[in-house]
Amino acid sequence: MPPQPASGGPGSGHPRGTSRRAALFGGTPQGELPGGLAAHILEFGEELRGEGVAVGTSELLDAFSALPEVEWTEPAAFRGVLATTLAKSPDDQRIFNLVFDRFFFRAVELAAIQEGVSEAGQGGSMDEAGEELNLEALRRQIAQMIADGNESAMRDLARLAIAAFGQQGEGSGVIGVDVQRIRRQLGLRGEPQPELPQEDPRRDGLPRDGIRRFEQLLRQELERRQIERTEVLPPARPLNELDRALPSGPLSDLASVHRVVAQLKRRLKTQGNEHKGRKRHAHVDVRRTMRASLETGGVPVVLKYRPIRPRRPELFVVCDVSTSVTSASVFFLSVMHALHDSFRKMRSFVFIERVSEVTDVFHKERDFKAVSEAIGKDAGVADISGYTDYGRVWRELRDQIEDELHPRATLIVLGDARTNGRDPAADVFAQIAAKAGRAYWLNPEPRLYWNYGDSVISAYEQYCEAYECWTAAQLEDFVKALTAPDSARR
Amino acid sequence: MHASPASADEIKQGLQDVGYLPNDSTALVSFLAAKLGKPILVEGPAGVGKTQLAKSLAESLGRELVRLQCYEGLDEAKALYEWNYRKQLLRIQAEAEGAGWQEVQDDIFGKEFLLERPLMTAIASPKPVVLLIDEIDKTDQEFEAMLLELLSDFQITIPELGRIEATTMPIVLLTSNNTRELTEALKRRCLYLWLDYPALEHELAIVRLHAPELDEHVARRLVEVVSLVRDLDLKKPPSIAESIDWARALLLLGAQDIDAKVFRDTMSVIVKHRTDLDVVTERVGVKLGLAEDSLGAASAG
Repeated sequence: MPPQPASGGPGSGHPRGTSRRAALFGGTPQGELPGGLAAHILEFGEELRGEGVAVGTSELLDAFSALPEVEWTEPAAFRGVLATTLAKSPDDQRIFNLVFDRFFFRAVELAAIQEGVSEAGQGGSMDEAGEELNLEALRRQIAQMIADGNESAMRDLARLAIAAFGQQGEGSGVIGVDVQRIRRQLGLRGEPQPELPQEDPRRDGLPRDGIRRFEQLLRQELERRQIERTEVLPPARPLNELDRALPSGPLSDLASVHRVVAQLKRRLKTQGNEHKGRKRHAHVDVRRTMRASLETGGVPVVLKYRPIRPRRPELFVVCDVSTSVTSASVFFLSVMHALHDSFRKMRSFVFIERVSEVTDVFHKERDFKAVSEAIGKDAGVADISGYTDYGRVWRELRDQIEDELHPRATLIVLGDARTNGRDPAADVFAQIAAKAGRAYWLNPEPRLYWNYGDSVISAYEQYCEAYECWTAAQLEDFVKALTAPDSARR
Repeated sequence: MHASPASADEIKQGLQDVGYLPNDSTALVSFLAAKLGKPILVEGPAGVGKTQLAKSLAESLGRELVRLQCYEGLDEAKALYEWNYRKQLLRIQAEAEGAGWQEVQDDIFGKEFLLERPLMTAIASPKPVVLLIDEIDKTDQEFEAMLLELLSDFQITIPELGRIEATTMPIVLLTSNNTRELTEALKRRCLYLWLDYPALEHELAIVRLHAPELDEHVARRLVEVVSLVRDLDLKKPPSIAESIDWARALLLLGAQDIDAKVFRDTMSVIVKHRTDLDVVTERVGVKLGLAEDSLGAASAG
């Protein structure tokens, strides 16, 4: 065990917490991990695994070897060490934070029940103090601490606030309701409150993050009190999908699609080269070889080759924008948008009843929203009925691009292959696919629904590779499948 | 400052002394890395000071910084070591007569003919160094696999020469912009540090540290506007370095406040894409106009 860092007592900021910890862990000297804690950490690792974070034994060992190096009785250091050794991606860290709060809160309360540690003795005096407290001063103090973002002071004040406001009238028994009631009574608001006096920190409005944090502390404290009263732990809830899903809007989706497409580009590029390299030898560049040989006294030691130019992938992307794929069309357009960012030699088409080239639209407009509007307005792809007509689309497309297709071109179709009972014209599609070197079909419907109703994907699947694709993750799978050996259908 | 820090606070102080304001977890993780000899994997958006962290660590610990910039197609010859075969060839030619093969072979595979590349330099260095492997996500998986051996044992095997072991423990930082998922095996061997754009107060402190002459009020406005700009969906959100550049630009111009006009004139310092410029002018320009009124009201009241 390395020498202990000398320190002036852990957690001097919140003495109550320290006394609780000391009571729970029997006042273990700093730096040595008590056996009980090790078990807790293992359990915690188990719980993280349960939520889908890949925690290996080596990671847990790292955590154990790292903890004695720091003053782990400090909550921040303890959490920091576990976070850096156990959770190794942004997603994992988010889940880690949620699980950490839940797990150690419960572990401490469970221990408190078992050991019979309670704050009832202190609680009485706190309530008395609460009555004597100048409520307005308390309001102001809390607002000040929120404005300053002082975490440990906020924690203590949350307890005071519950003592002062929580017992007025009966608690509703529902924690969420109580939290909001206390917040209202404290007059904590994000927007400015000009009627308040000048020196009041609430006058200019409080930072919303601070208020949210304070609410969390209130909630924690109320939960703790409830457990203390009833002496049972409520059943553990797994994180629900809403909690763990990334806070994402369409914008962050756009970013992830762009990232995947950048990969796609690399893969399309390198894939072709392998074939080329095996078949043909590179040519020796005589001039550069001679020049290089001067360094070695005229002996051509280093052969210089003409560089093998990476072939430029050429893309033809055809995208369905009809109503049956409305939900997926934002995703499709963002894929096209991203493709245009990465590929210069690319032509894109949208279609419903007939096909229309939109390459120029993407070249002119860089803003995603403007692009989608422009396509919606001017593409002119609906003719009479507004229902997809694949037969007509393939014939028109064949006429437009037949001469430009060659074995090195890649054709990507984004669509659900629902023909509305019209002729699928799979033979025409086959001609186009045969002229292009590779053809892929990305279908936004779950594989389960393929070939049900008017879906005729099986007719096209013989001539191309079809993938289920309506999220960035699936797009990534598609890109991975591209690189897998022998993925190219010849 | 001596080479082995005793606590996270000491690291933090050291970093602050060389002009890098770390947050608590950065200091903690750096300390653990120095203490446990484990590499740090630093991830985060571009421009939050990932590379700068390595530079500042090296400076504050008084160590040399060895940097390996990764790119697609980086191979062992450029990262580890290479035989200087031209020199070897000349050597052979010089004593072609008389010398036996064994003699020559022993001779030409000596340290004299070895070209050290960054990883080798870091391992063989007699003094402890800070090794920065920048943008590891740009390399391919084969290179990552080669790094694994190096990062867990800190040794390199050269067939002709034998094994070279690290005599001192380098602090290793790997940075990644998250353009590609790194392999689990690599992640397992590293401590993980996620760096994000700093909170408002933190960035204010950073800006004030680097442009101390700037008026406090202007500095606060500046970081507020920067965080506003970062919230927009831009191609390239402004980095911390650009906030600092902007602060210096405002200082040069002697700006007393950031109003719509000053912003329009100087925003090219933080926004560097034509389309981004349009978005920012539209969105932030309006906000600034509004904010000005409320600000005026507040200072008058």
